[in-house]
Amino acid sequence: MSERDARRAIDAVWRIESARLIAALARMTGDVGLAEDLAQDALVAALEQWPRAGVPDKPGAWLMATAKNRAIDRLRRGEMAARKEQELGREAELRARVGERDLAAAADDDVEDDLLSLIFTACHPVLPTEARVALTLRLVGSLTTTEIARAFLAKEATVAQRIVRAKRTLAEARVPIEVPGAAEREERLASVLEVIYAIFNEGYAASGGEEWIRADLCEEAMRLGRILAGLMPREPEVLGLAALMELQAARFPARTGPGGEAVPLMEQDRSRWDLVLIGRGTAALERAEALGRPLGPYALQAAIAACHARARTPEATDWERIVALYDALAALAGSPVVRLNRAVAVGMAFGPAAGLELLDGLAGEPALRGYHLLPAARGELLERLGRDEEAAAEFDRAAELSGNAREREVLRARAR
Amino acid sequence: MRVMAIVKASKDSEAGKMPSEELLAAMGEFNEELVKAGVMLAGEGLHPSSKGVRVTFGGDDERTVIDGPFAETKELIAGYWLLQVRSMDEAVEWMKRCPNPHHEAGAIEIRPVFEADDFGEEFTPELREQEERLRAQAEQNR
Repeated sequence: MSERDARRAIDAVWRIESARLIAALARMTGDVGLAEDLAQDALVAALEQWPRAGVPDKPGAWLMATAKNRAIDRLRRGEMAARKEQELGREAELRARVGERDLAAAADDDVEDDLLSLIFTACHPVLPTEARVALTLRLVGSLTTTEIARAFLAKEATVAQRIVRAKRTLAEARVPIEVPGAAEREERLASVLEVIYAIFNEGYAASGGEEWIRADLCEEAMRLGRILAGLMPREPEVLGLAALMELQAARFPARTGPGGEAVPLMEQDRSRWDLVLIGRGTAALERAEALGRPLGPYALQAAIAACHARARTPEATDWERIVALYDALAALAGSPVVRLNRAVAVGMAFGPAAGLELLDGLAGEPALRGYHLLPAARGELLERLGRDEEAAAEFDRAAELSGNAREREVLRARAR
Repeated sequence: MRVMAIVKASKDSEAGKMPSEELLAAMGEFNEELVKAGVMLAGEGLHPSSKGVRVTFGGDDERTVIDGPFAETKELIAGYWLLQVRSMDEAVEWMKRCPNPHHEAGAIEIRPVFEADDFGEEFTPELREQEERLRAQAEQNR
């Protein structure tokens, strides 16, 4: 096996195995940072040995065994004991914990539990969102610091430091590596979902030359969402988020024109929507609904996206159902943006005058001041009412407020 | 990226011989691994070519319908996965872990799926030109 082939094979194995490896080591050592160091040690050993010896039959088990040997080496040298002294006190206890778990022999349930614990720890609310995002991509998504920095258009040193600091914060706060109990479960899960959706949105908002890297970020988020849906199949919001991302990603091929400009939903070429993702998204949503519990914000947004996905033409859209879903969403998370979207849906379902009335009620909303989609929506409804001059003025205002040059062009054209 | 992993047919699969219970169980476990890793988008097994039909194209206007089975067993396919992976290497690593789909020599072929970006490189200049022509026309019609 050539050095290069081995390197590529190791990268692929790492991509598949590292999250489970780090998760098991984190559970054994009680320290995420130490777990990652040990996993890295095993990776270095693989890089030394596999090019000569070939990739072992069970590469995951090989990495685990190697990491455990390193852990015991470190224990012997006292290095780890010193590091863990405050938390554990006794070397013997740690030695027992390292000894008792054998990844190859571990039941599937344990492996899954370890992975879920790692996800909850990386997304712990004690960390700021950007640190949670970086740590999750690194530990669970197995992205390198370089890859994360490129995807977020940040300096590598900044991201590296963010990750180091996050690990230190977790250690100092003595965050236990576990799936949280019932009392804090909802809040902690919300934190996990927020991180995954933040990763997705970072990619979704992509524009310009870095587009390809950032679209990959959407794929990473979808993968994390699917992994979580596999680990927590009875949580409607977990399935809801997975569904929402699949359904939104289904529109990617149609959402930009040949010149890179954004194409609004109602004008997209629906034949370019991705049917595989629509199928997966609607299936995940159905699973969420079948749990028979009230739908949360992610599942409701997915249900709205599914209404659009089901409509083969814009005219076929079930706007009344969309209005009902926005009603439910507004009751849970009544943000001004949700109310704005609801008004637009009302305008489609019950006529422009009804929509406009609702938009008038949002005029003084401080959160929407400077938000270009408010005048754009007003312009749309006024135009449909035949009040062209007022509509033109709104489109002009929307153009002024828009931060995107191409969008500005489109809005200016409508104002004429 | 998306890849399709294509299971090539074998004598047994073409004979319509069902896989052993053991193999079905191993395959089920492998599929579950793919799902749990968030990698598998879709996958199906196919009936043998004896149940298949070919529509052949002689030229632009000529269509002929031919019933299976088809002779070239090793070129036929018996099933597929549609996977979302980060690289071809990752897809290769996954498929190395697949239980042998037939109890004999066989192959799984992995092919990247075309994505919008792939067309982008090739077709964007032309599409742009077309778009500009259309825009110019629209301006004139105003």
